[in-house]
Amino acid sequence: MTTDDLVFKALADASRRLILDRLRDEGGLALGQLCEGHDMSRQAVSKHLAILEDANLVVSVRRGREKLHHLNPVPIHDIALRWIGRFQADHLAALHHLKKILEGDQP
Amino acid sequence: MNTTEFHYTTYLKSTPEKVWAAITTPEFASKYWGNANFSDWQAGSRWEHRTPTGTTVCTGLVRESVPPKRLVLSWVTPADFADESKHSRVTFAIDDIQGMVRLSVTHDQLEAGSDMATSISGGWPRVLSSLKSYLETGVALDTWAGQERSCHGK
Repeated sequence: MTTDDLVFKALADASRRLILDRLRDEGGLALGQLCEGHDMSRQAVSKHLAILEDANLVVSVRRGREKLHHLNPVPIHDIALRWIGRFQADHLAALHHLKKILEGDQP
Repeated sequence: MNTTEFHYTTYLKSTPEKVWAAITTPEFASKYWGNANFSDWQAGSRWEHRTPTGTTVCTGLVRESVPPKRLVLSWVTPADFADESKHSRVTFAIDDIQGMVRLSVTHDQLEAGSDMATSISGGWPRVLSSLKSYLETGVALDTWAGQERSCHGK
């Protein structure tokens, strides 16, 4: 599998996207902390993390006995840039902003 | 101080020497980063991140320098240089892994919620994507065009 394949495969799962959301909000979480507030078993979260790490979407750092996880958005950025040039980026950001306003979220 | 940290990693079809040069050689960095880094890259020396017009937008001290493997810099706005408590830390780790280069950038000792912490989270992924493109295809991504930038990519 190519790197892109690994990234798309890793992202094609709602639980794994939730884990990434969680790490975006708060970096440096251990497995135990990532399991909190989920219905998933520790084993399931651990398996998802391995897939995310293979895709380089999660980077882990050892701190003593703990393994802390961080979101690595670089592969997603690489993919986005492959199809979105700089001129489009401004228009897309404006559209995204508009959508957020119309849907009632804070931009 | 409540601190936060970011970890970025990319895999490049390149050599550690080229990746090191891409970070430390001004002519090279300006191609994909837009700005360029100036220093003699000796531990203890000062380094500066300058725009094409020569304005220093970010600076700090070289903490560790082990070419082409590891570079640790302190990272601060020029206005805060004198106050070491304001310096954050950037570590570049360059590893050869089965014919690929893994470049890891860790930005830590950042004040949580600070402007610097908020804006570098957008800046580094762009720098690394552009570097990857430049080293692998010879073409940098012009993701910076039309943007007035500070040291942290805002």
